[in-house]
Amino acid sequence: MRLSQTSPEQVEVYRFNWLVASLVPALAIFFQAFIPVRLHFVSIFDFPLLVTIFFGVARRNPVSGLFTGCIIGLVQDSLTHHPLGVYGIAKTVVGFGASSLGAKLDVENAASRFLVTYGFYLLHQFLYFSVQRVLVREMMNWSWSHELLAGLANALAAVVLFAVLDRFKQRI
Amino acid sequence: MENVLSRHRNLSVLAAVLVAQVLGLAIQIRSTNPEQTRLIRIWAISSVTPIERLIVHSQGGLYGIWHNYLYLRGVRQENRDLKAEIERLRLQQVRLNEDASQARRLQVLLGFRERYSIQTLPAQVIGSGGSEQSRVVYLDKGGKDGLKPQMAVITSSGVVGKILQVYSSTAQVLLINDQSSGLGAILESSHTSGSDTSNNQAPNSQALNNQAPNSQAPNPQIPTPQQGRVHGIVSGSPAGETMLEKVLLGEDVQPGDRVLTSGGDGIFPKGLPVGTVIKVSQADSFLKIRLHPSADLSRLEEVLVIMKLEDVAPPATDVAGSQRAVDVLAARLPGVPAKTDLSQETPDGQKKPDTTAAPAPDSVPAPTGPQNASSSRPQNSGPLPVPEARHGKTLKPEIFKPAAAVANPAGNGPQ
Repeated sequence: MRLSQTSPEQVEVYRFNWLVASLVPALAIFFQAFIPVRLHFVSIFDFPLLVTIFFGVARRNPVSGLFTGCIIGLVQDSLTHHPLGVYGIAKTVVGFGASSLGAKLDVENAASRFLVTYGFYLLHQFLYFSVQRVLVREMMNWSWSHELLAGLANALAAVVLFAVLDRFKQRI
Repeated sequence: MENVLSRHRNLSVLAAVLVAQVLGLAIQIRSTNPEQTRLIRIWAISSVTPIERLIVHSQGGLYGIWHNYLYLRGVRQENRDLKAEIERLRLQQVRLNEDASQARRLQVLLGFRERYSIQTLPAQVIGSGGSEQSRVVYLDKGGKDGLKPQMAVITSSGVVGKILQVYSSTAQVLLINDQSSGLGAILESSHTSGSDTSNNQAPNSQALNNQAPNSQAPNPQIPTPQQGRVHGIVSGSPAGETMLEKVLLGEDVQPGDRVLTSGGDGIFPKGLPVGTVIKVSQADSFLKIRLHPSADLSRLEEVLVIMKLEDVAPPATDVAGSQRAVDVLAARLPGVPAKTDLSQETPDGQKKPDTTAAPAPDSVPAPTGPQNASSSRPQNSGPLPVPEARHGKTLKPEIFKPAAAVANPAGNGPQ
């Protein structure tokens, strides 16, 4: 497993075509809203979160990462009946964290991607639940078994999804 | 200060963005006006739903081509089977029509108002809220189709939810298993735990229950209002389970009991199936009742939106027809006076309802009980309780309406 700390000079930074950068998050949100209607089990995946982590890690720019997470989260919020900002806050922090981590660690292989996604999924859920309970005052039940299983599913999905999205990377 | 900000530029931006979102969240929570964020939601929804609608409709078209033109194996045999089925159903329909017309007459006789005319609009589910914590779906119909917030959404199996937000060509439906949802419900049957109520029911009390006509109850054990059906509120749990809440610990609720809408929320008509009790456990002072929803909420495709729900008065012909409700009762109950006492012959030989005479004391099922004291209750003030015989008592005649009221329900105004 290669999850070594690297100097900023050693870490490769990527950029993306504007079409890819806007279309991939849009597709992720679309799939998140559309597929669970037909295949209910798909609702366990959080495609917008996976895309946030992918772009954050690849770009390795914390400001760009947090704005990516913020916009994706707010759009995701607007499809729910909850106030805007719940997913926004959680994904802003995840976007910032993923790009900060990407700037320090080399997370290019499948195993490291699995671990990073697993960790960020749990962080995202923790933030989401905290915001819901503390700020929105909505009763939410934290189920460790569900969250750990969902984290596993998302981490596995991330390995496949990131491999596909790697094709759209452009080296700077 | 500027130096610190530039040195910790990333963290400063993060803090600024987070603070902005927290402030926005606080403003939304404090405000009672949901229109504040409507513009952002409209942008997001209108960019997602057209694609969803396109896919769903083209999927339906492709399925139709396959199903209607290409995949026709066994259609001939199926056609023969269906014809036989139609014949069987026609016979059944004749019998049910008879039963329904009798029920209508009896309802009029008892002044019931549990009659609904429901206008529905079929709609297709095209998307979801995209979150496990927000159980909403989107329909392919919206404000321009006449949809409004708080309209009930159902399927042929049962209740789905209610419309929360309406946009021009789509509408957001809050499912009944969302934890912010809530609908009034009653148990279809009540278990008589040791009380004597089960022995004191009138023989025809089941036939006179005040179920809505669209209830799909096969042959339930239906209690009278004296027994009291268990009321509760159906809501969702954080895990997305459908729960019946606010049912007191002492109530006897068992797995397998069916739950229906009570109509008390003013959104859903009474008697629609909500779900079946699958688990009952005890919480603090209420029972924790888990339901299996009647409608499959995880596989919603076509739904019906209840556009208009109104009580209607039965047509006069139902009542003043050739056979009157009192005649039906007379034929079925012992001790009924002769029909000539209650009706007059018209010149053309048909019986005309007697508009002056009240039924004789023993010409009706012998109901007693505290509810019957409400003899002065106006007829359009709500459903009258079901008469129930207790200890063989008979009623005084003055508590019943004069036959004129039965013969001319239109005079009571729409019920």
